[in-house]
Parts: sequence; C-alpha cells; structure tokens
Amino acid sequence: MSAATPKGVLTTPIFKNNPIALQILGICSALAVTTSMSVSLVMTLAVIFVTAFSNLFVSLIRHHIPSAIRIIVQMTIIASLVIVVDQILKAYAYEMSKQLSVFVGLIITNCIVMGRAEGFAMTNTPGMAFLDGIGNGLGYGFILMVVGFVRELLGAGSVFGFTVLQPVQDGGWYVPNGLLLLPPSAFFIIGLIIWVLRALNPEQIEENEFVMKENTQPKEAV
Amino acid sequence: MAQSNNSIKKILTVAFALCIVCSIIVSTAAVGLRERQQRNQELDRKSNILSVAGLDEPGMDIETAFQQVTPRVVDLRTGEYADQFDPDTYNAFEAARDPAQSRTLSGERDIAGLSRQENYSTVYLVGDPDDPEQIILPIRGQGLWGLMRGYLAVQGDGNTIEGITYYSHAETPGLGAEVNNPRWQAQWDGKEIYPSADSVQPAIELVKGGASGETEVDALSGATLTSNGVTNMLQFWLGPAGFGEYLARFRSGITRDEVQDASIDSDQTEGA
Repeated sequence: MSAATPKGVLTTPIFKNNPIALQILGICSALAVTTSMSVSLVMTLAVIFVTAFSNLFVSLIRHHIPSAIRIIVQMTIIASLVIVVDQILKAYAYEMSKQLSVFVGLIITNCIVMGRAEGFAMTNTPGMAFLDGIGNGLGYGFILMVVGFVRELLGAGSVFGFTVLQPVQDGGWYVPNGLLLLPPSAFFIIGLIIWVLRALNPEQIEENEFVMKENTQPKEAV
Repeated sequence: MAQSNNSIKKILTVAFALCIVCSIIVSTAAVGLRERQQRNQELDRKSNILSVAGLDEPGMDIETAFQQVTPRVVDLRTGEYADQFDPDTYNAFEAARDPAQSRTLSGERDIAGLSRQENYSTVYLVGDPDDPEQIILPIRGQGLWGLMRGYLAVQGDGNTIEGITYYSHAETPGLGAEVNNPRWQAQWDGKEIYPSADSVQPAIELVKGGASGETEVDALSGATLTSNGVTNMLQFWLGPAGFGEYLARFRSGITRDEVQDASIDSDQTEGA
C-alpha cells in the first residue's frame, strides 16, 4: 500500500476498499440490524465510535504492546469501548437498544474493528489510526444504510419510519415484500452492491484462484 | 525494544495496567448511567401496563397517563391486599427467588413451569382502586424457548378479559413471537376467564382450528408449544394458586372462601 494520507485513509474504505463489499467482513451484523434505517444508523454510529477509538488507543500504546499478548490487549480495549457504548445506549436510547439487543455487544466480534486494530493501528500514528477507524466505520455504515434503505422501503413501505409506500394493511396499495424483512434478503442486496462496485472498479475483481476443468465429453461406461 | 517488550515483566505490567484502566472506564460508565437506565426500564414497564389496558396513545406522557393506575401488592394465598409492602419498590421476581417469600411448586401444580412462586404479587388497578375499571395482573410461564413475561388486563367484573401483552419472551420470530401481533391480541378483548359464575378453575384456553366459545381464543399457527405455554400460564395464574382468590373479590357468583377451600383441597391432595 502506498503512503497513507489523511484524506486517503478516510475515503478509500467507503468505495475503493469497502470492509463489507471488498473484504467481506462484518457481514453477520449487516444481515441482522438492517431491517430499518434508524436501527442501521444507530449501529453505524456505534461501530464508527468503536473502530475510531479502539484504533486510537491501540495506536497510542502500540510501542508498549508485547507481541505475545497483542490480540488480547486489542480485544480488551475493544470490549471496554463496546460495553461503554451499550451502557450509553441503554441510558439515552432505550427503545433503540432494545431493538439492537445483542448486536451492540456483538460489535466486539465484528472483524472490521479487530482487523483495523491489528492491520493498521499497530503500525501507524494515533491521528492516522483514528481517521482510518472513522473511514472504515463509514464504509461499513454506507453499506448498512443502503441495505437498510432497500429493506425498509420494500419490506415495510417506509423510510426512517415515515410511510412512503402505503401498505395494504393500512388501506394503501403496496403489498410489502416480507422476504426483505428476513436476513437472507440482506445477502442478495449486499451481493448486488458488490456486483455494482466491482463493475465500476474492475481492479476489485479477484483473479480466479484455480481454473475449473472444462466439461469432458461423456464417455460410455466400459 | 521488541526484546524488552516481550519480557515476562513487561507483559505482566502491560496486562495489569490495561485491565485497571479498562475496568475503571467500564465501571464508571456502568455506575454513572445506572440511575438513568433504571428510569428507562421503569418507564418501559409502565408503558407496557398502559398498553395492555388500552390507555396508551401516541405522544402521551407516560408518567401523567400512569396516574390513573394504582399499584397494590396482593397476598396470593388469601387474596387480601398486603399494605406492608410498598408497591413501587416491591419486586415479585426477586421475592420468587427468596425461600422466605415464596413457595416451591412441583409436579402437576407447576403447570406454568415456574418451580417457585412468590407469596405476594403486584397488581395494577385502573380507575377507582376500590371499584376498578380494569385489573392488570402480571403473568409469566414457560413458552417454547424460555420464560415469557407479560400482563393480562381484566375488566372490573373479574371475569372479562380486556387484553394481553408480553414484554419479554424468547419465542420463534414469525411463529411463537406472534403473541405480540396486535391482530392476535385483539381477539382477547371480551373473552371470559371462568366457564360459569361459581367456578373456581379458569376455562380460558387457546384452541386450534377456530375458537368458538366465550372462553376460547385461536391458537398461534405453527406454534403449538408456545400456545400451550400461554394456556398453562393463564390456567395457573387465574386459578386458585394464582390470582383466583383475589379475583373472587370482584366476581359476583363466588366468594373468596370458596376459592380458598378449593385451593387448600388441591394443596392437600398434592401433599398426600
């Protein structure tokens, strides 16, 4: 990777090197919390906060972290930050924390947070690491918001809780697509986003790791 | 540098210092925000009670709306009010774990799968506490995956159901979790608990294939065990072991003593 610039670390993770679309990290929570946009937004903010500050703290003490226990040190910092976020949500956004339930706690296991702490913060200055955390959080959040938008609009007929397409249950014309409220639909949407992003940036397309053998002519059994 | 970083002394120092700092941050957050979190839980509980009573309106102030609700602690064994407890602080769930304030349930008596039942429970009265419009009873019992907790709103006659809601459960989304579907909940309105004015045992139950009678409610499709759980917990909490004696205060065809006799009889048969 070329020398990191502040602007570069902040913006490349959004389209060019998106943690979900290119690195395929953090998929699990992207499936679970994207049924509505407001929940996606809160989750995005929580992840941005955790990646940014875990990167900052890991980077600050990077010269003192013994390599033998570095993963545990990173995990401890991440876990503490996640607990703080969870407590704040319970105190100031109780309804939201009930909807997010375990998924706030599961930010601890989000590969993006750990990946950036180990891959970037351990070898970069605190300022850059902090920006990198925000950038990756934004990249994660960008996908979350797009998926959330599609799922909420087509699954429930609303955007941020405001009704856009009046569903038939409330006397409207739109028949909500229940599949979009179930986790598998997020797979389809994320797959489509990956397709679009790779069509726009052909360098993201990976080389085949092996070549499929061509069909052989069917032979009669001897 | 790398060498000294990996010495045992350095590893222990870093690990210890990190643990101290992180635990201070986490405990500060937990202690500093506890009061606010408890207030949120309290508001959530109150809004559930208002919702089962049909008193919730969008944009209302929960505290103001809750002023028409009077909590009282009831002795489940006699049906008397127990005013020695402060209803705002009494916690029935904690009492159910304390052997001094609860009793063990076993075998056929424990149809709701509780294993312990508190001696005193909190009820919520809507309107005039002496002649309430609605009586809101806490109910809980095993569903398919775990304990389901909710409220049942009964009209002032102690027999007609007004509504039911669950505020905590772990049932399967789309099947058992439909207990909180407003369309399913709507059919409870007007159902009756007891088959006749003088009966002790509640008859209210969930039935498959179309509810017809006054004491029947449609079961949840695809969720037989959750439906059984709901039936069992209602049979338990509305029967002589639960709020049966208390509800007899409001019913016309039966006295508390009659329910109490039935309750003692069944206790003795179980004990023998």
